[in-house]
Amino acid sequence: MLTFAGILVVLSPAVLVALFGISTLLRTPVGETVYSRCTAAAVSTGLAAAVWILVAMLMTDDRQVEVSLGDWVRIPAAAEQHAGEPPGGAVGVSPHALDEPHFHFTMKFMFDRLSVPFVIMTFVLCGVISAFASRYLHRDGGFQRFFLFLSFFLLGMILSSAAGTIETLFFGWELVGLSSALLVAFFHDRRGPVVNGLRVWSIYRLADAAFLIGAMSLHHLSGSGDFSGLAGQGVWPEGRVDIPQQSVLLVGCLFLFAAAGKSALVPFSGWLPRAMEGPTPSSAVFYGALSVHLGAFLLLRISPLLDRSPVLSGLVVLLGAVTCVFAAMAARVQSDIKSSLAFASLIQVSIIVVEIGLGFRYLPLVHIIGHACLRTLQLVRAPSLLKDYNSMINALGGVAERRSALEQSRYQRMYRFAMNRGNLDSILDEFVVRPFTAALLWSDRLERRWTNWLSGENK
Amino acid sequence: MIQELHFPWLEVGIILPLVGGGICACLTDSVRAQKVAIFVAGLTLLLAVGEWVDFSMVGSFEAHDHWDLTQRLTGRDNILVIDELSAPLPALSSLLFLLTILSTLRTKLDRFSMSLTLFSESIVLATLSCHDPWLLIVLLSLAVLPPWIELVRRGVSPRVFLIHMGAFIVLLVAGRLLLGDAATGGQASGLSATLLTVAALLRAGVVPVHCWMADLLEKATFGTAILFLTPMTGAFAVMHLVLPVVPVWAIRSIAILSLITAVYSAGMALVQKDARRFFCYLFLSHSSLVLSKLELVNVIGMTGALCVWISVGLSLTGFGLTIRAVESRIGRISLDRFHGMYEHTPTLAGLFLLTGLASIGFPGTIGFVGMELLIEGCVEVYPLVGLSLVLASALNGISILRAWFRIFTGVPLQSSVSLKSQFAERFAVVLLALLILGGGLWPQPGVASRHHAAKSLMDLRHQRATVAGSQAVETMATGRSASEASHP
Repeated sequence: MLTFAGILVVLSPAVLVALFGISTLLRTPVGETVYSRCTAAAVSTGLAAAVWILVAMLMTDDRQVEVSLGDWVRIPAAAEQHAGEPPGGAVGVSPHALDEPHFHFTMKFMFDRLSVPFVIMTFVLCGVISAFASRYLHRDGGFQRFFLFLSFFLLGMILSSAAGTIETLFFGWELVGLSSALLVAFFHDRRGPVVNGLRVWSIYRLADAAFLIGAMSLHHLSGSGDFSGLAGQGVWPEGRVDIPQQSVLLVGCLFLFAAAGKSALVPFSGWLPRAMEGPTPSSAVFYGALSVHLGAFLLLRISPLLDRSPVLSGLVVLLGAVTCVFAAMAARVQSDIKSSLAFASLIQVSIIVVEIGLGFRYLPLVHIIGHACLRTLQLVRAPSLLKDYNSMINALGGVAERRSALEQSRYQRMYRFAMNRGNLDSILDEFVVRPFTAALLWSDRLERRWTNWLSGENK
Repeated sequence: MIQELHFPWLEVGIILPLVGGGICACLTDSVRAQKVAIFVAGLTLLLAVGEWVDFSMVGSFEAHDHWDLTQRLTGRDNILVIDELSAPLPALSSLLFLLTILSTLRTKLDRFSMSLTLFSESIVLATLSCHDPWLLIVLLSLAVLPPWIELVRRGVSPRVFLIHMGAFIVLLVAGRLLLGDAATGGQASGLSATLLTVAALLRAGVVPVHCWMADLLEKATFGTAILFLTPMTGAFAVMHLVLPVVPVWAIRSIAILSLITAVYSAGMALVQKDARRFFCYLFLSHSSLVLSKLELVNVIGMTGALCVWISVGLSLTGFGLTIRAVESRIGRISLDRFHGMYEHTPTLAGLFLLTGLASIGFPGTIGFVGMELLIEGCVEVYPLVGLSLVLASALNGISILRAWFRIFTGVPLQSSVSLKSQFAERFAVVLLALLILGGGLWPQPGVASRHHAAKSLMDLRHQRATVAGSQAVETMATGRSASEASHP
């Protein structure tokens, strides 16, 4: 029964994606109500199945339920292939063939103390946001598009949260990235959202590249991509890895880079306020609640690696602390509510990262759930902020005067730093993007000159 | 002894488009010519699929046609042979030709010659099933003709294309002539290997001899350029004419330069201001990835390369056809500004994104497993190569979304006429999309077939290396005994 529930958890968002995807591809005219109801049905089904798993786990004291859908792709090793042959049967096989590695991509999902709360939280928040968006975006030209992207996001989050193998986690991770970037650029007739969407996507792609290399290296080092295999005999969070420390540090750094990209940690923090260009419901569910915590989730999932390497844990703490200080400064000077909330989210996310680095496992999990719920509420309330603010001022009887304990010049310097968001985007643009594109543009000019000369044309 | 297919699929599949091209050349009405071309290309696709199915049923590494008419005509054995590597390629190429012909709008019929396209199809199909080195060289030379004729007809300079293709043919012929005894299983000498390697680099468009590709895409019709590039006959020629005979240093050189090309082109795609040049670099990056991994000493990596070969062919043709469809509405696409085409052609927008993402191996698409295998194979053998591959893929991903934003987003384009996509265009790209998604969601049959091909190729290489090694030992032994005889 638990296997059936596990399949239902994954299948419900997958069916939703298929429905919306096919109707979009074939340009079938489907009304807003159908979209909302389909989303509600998929979310309810998945949520009920997830709660069922939780209850069953609590009742049986089973801490880990694995649901395997079998090998999606399987390339057997030569030894396996020739196992059934008679002794002389493999005469024609070359010696190198017998050393051939095998490959399998298993569609496996793991429900444990980490994934179950995440899955439930994803269903709850996506359900709330879809109900909110069905009114917020009523009669908007992009209504169907929003729900299509939301379904991709939901599937990506569920796949990432419940992934039993590192490859499945990557599958979901990529879906989350694409849907996020497209939703940032949702109001695509304006230039700003599109430019910001592309920036978010660029950061995500680099983070994904680090993730992919880390995943493949881990697969190579541990012999399989299974999290249960990686964690040895123990279940989360008590698993222990049996990989050399230096390798752990290298792979861990790659995952830390990926997590930093996804959770907007320094130096990638610049994309988070830019992502608020999207519609409020998507900002709430992506950058306030779920997507921004995915980096922290990854760090929790690979916590056996952190336990193995104190240096890696130290790096995690350092990155979290630096991000926390930066976000705290930037949050205090923002002049619009969504940016302010974005940096407020970042403060909490960076504290969660510090907690993970310090070796806590359940505390960051509880922190994530509490923070995600609070921030979703704040972001969906953001459009009515002025009303809330006036009510608060009226209740207080006026605005309290702010005084800085710092001397004027230092205060101004820090203010400028915070206003410019630490110049993080400018530094990346100036020292990474600009030299790179300048070199490529120079090559392009050179190539054009060469082909023009060859063809005898003077353009 | 090579097995025999149950029908002369290959020969009929090659002759049919040739005849169809002749009929189209005689027709003055371009609309009727397109109808004939669609019929012929459709029939050719059926034959190619029939060949693939028949070959799978035969269950051998190689097979030739039933009756083998070429043998009767030329008196030589096994000229047209299909093997594990090439079995799906004629079907893939026929599909690409059919979809390109099908999605050509009436307004473009006077520029896009149906007879030359069918002639090209015939040559491509013959190339993909040809095992005779000299005939392969002739076919590769003939393939240059249709684009060249088109460039001349359009009144643009074909010099860049001709210089590169001419050099390719001359170097290939010279390299093969200098091979001597090595052609029958040994290894090429230094000069011969150098000539063959440079020829391979030229045809595959490897940096720094890649400029002809951007020039062709800028000057020829988009359809002709796509059909010259996406069947990847260059990579096929390298696999059959160059890799089996050149020494390890030459193979390594091709692999390293291809890898550099993959990363460089991915970067160049990112800064292009013209959609055709962007497509050129994107294609170059992907085709170089395939080429760079064909020398891998690892079956997993080789399986990945062969999977990516198929996925790139499918996805980038779809991607190219989508750009072509948009281009036929708004003219040459500049990536400097936003065109706002989403409101007019949302289906094309979706398919542009889908085909583009499939080419970089996005999850759920046909390229995903291929890329995973490729990276897995690389990380195991050469970690740095794996890193470059992932970097190229990341850059390609950024450039694809950038192009999508530039073409489809922005203030909606104001037009007095409808810019909606036509049924034929939608059919072509939706069919490709279904194949891309189908192959992505159910990848095992494709991967198993490519793994079998990769294994057979590796075994063949191993046998050749063993033969070459024993020949070298024999030569050394003969030389030693001769010197002992002269200096007792």
